[in-house]
Amino acid sequence: MNELPALIRVFAYLSILTVGGGMAAFPEMKVLTVDVHQWLTFPQLIHLYSVGQMAPGPNMMMIVSIGQWAGGILGAIAVLAAFFGPTAVLAFMVAKAWKKLEKWPWRTSIQRGLAPVSIGLLLAGCFSMAKGAVTGTETAAIAVAVLLILMQYKVNPALLVLASAGIGILTFTPK
Amino acid sequence: MPDRAAKPALQPAETAAKAAGVSIWEIFLEFLIIGATSFGGVVPYLHGSLVTKRQWIDDKEFVEMLSISQSLPGLNATNMAVLVGEKLRGVMGSIAGIIGICLPGGLLMFAVGIFYHQHGEHGWITAALKGVAAAAVGLILSTVVSLSKKSLSHNFDFVFMAATVIAVNRLHLGVPRTLIAVGVLAILFHHPRKGQKGSVEP
Repeated sequence: MNELPALIRVFAYLSILTVGGGMAAFPEMKVLTVDVHQWLTFPQLIHLYSVGQMAPGPNMMMIVSIGQWAGGILGAIAVLAAFFGPTAVLAFMVAKAWKKLEKWPWRTSIQRGLAPVSIGLLLAGCFSMAKGAVTGTETAAIAVAVLLILMQYKVNPALLVLASAGIGILTFTPK
Repeated sequence: MPDRAAKPALQPAETAAKAAGVSIWEIFLEFLIIGATSFGGVVPYLHGSLVTKRQWIDDKEFVEMLSISQSLPGLNATNMAVLVGEKLRGVMGSIAGIIGICLPGGLLMFAVGIFYHQHGEHGWITAALKGVAAAAVGLILSTVVSLSKKSLSHNFDFVFMAATVIAVNRLHLGVPRTLIAVGVLAILFHHPRKGQKGSVEP
């Protein structure tokens, strides 16, 4: 079964949805990778995304794992090229034009207008992930604790995610 | 987290001199290092490396490139790699930058994916991942809060934000239609007014 064309199609499409960050594409990613193509389950998607937050570099590298599951090493490479290619070409082309538009008054309007929408997309992605990730009092407590700590102190978020893994082991390991 | 406020401003001439003789290999290597070390968010590492250490771009360019990166689709990290690479060495610079920044995390997640596929069913791994996933939700929420503080300029922006969430999560309109519908409204709402300056902080 050759999943490569579908992988390329799905991740090239998802790539153009990542306005303001990778999380913006999460609701659509869930529908396409879990419901439509069944490359993985919803809990697996949440797990991969969350583990990906501990990895260095761009925070959506978990797509590599999906590509690998569905299509082996070629699948991983195809997903990377499809997900980063289109936006890279766009950024390259816009870079020069955008500088020339510095005096264009609508440039500011576009930036100001897109800000609340991209934050909204981030929040929407967060809610659809929370549906699978925050399932009880303990998980809610972890999420709130991480939020409050990050708002209050300058901590490296990757360390908090790691600490939560430890808390998870202590709390949720079946006896 | 970003440390850009504290740095002394570089003279554009100095940066231009530092940026002039950069090789494709140096670009690749620098972004590879960023890609391998930037735990917990790329932006401060980009700034520390490109502005402070290498002085390939100055503070003003950094802020400007970051604001372009945020307005375009694509991740900040990879868009920044493309923009900085382009400035230094054109197309080849962009390619070197984006491959460099993606390679370490990509290899790591390739290995993690295989491991998780084989061993993900163990009780303690599922337990750890449950904690990790809950933490990720808190992490994203904190990003939402800090972005809202930084980049929302009007109370009405919260209406656009809420409309976006409702359109995606409740009405299931999908991201493209939501972007067009709410995005256009929000841009029109922020239409240029007389006496307003051309550029804005991101």
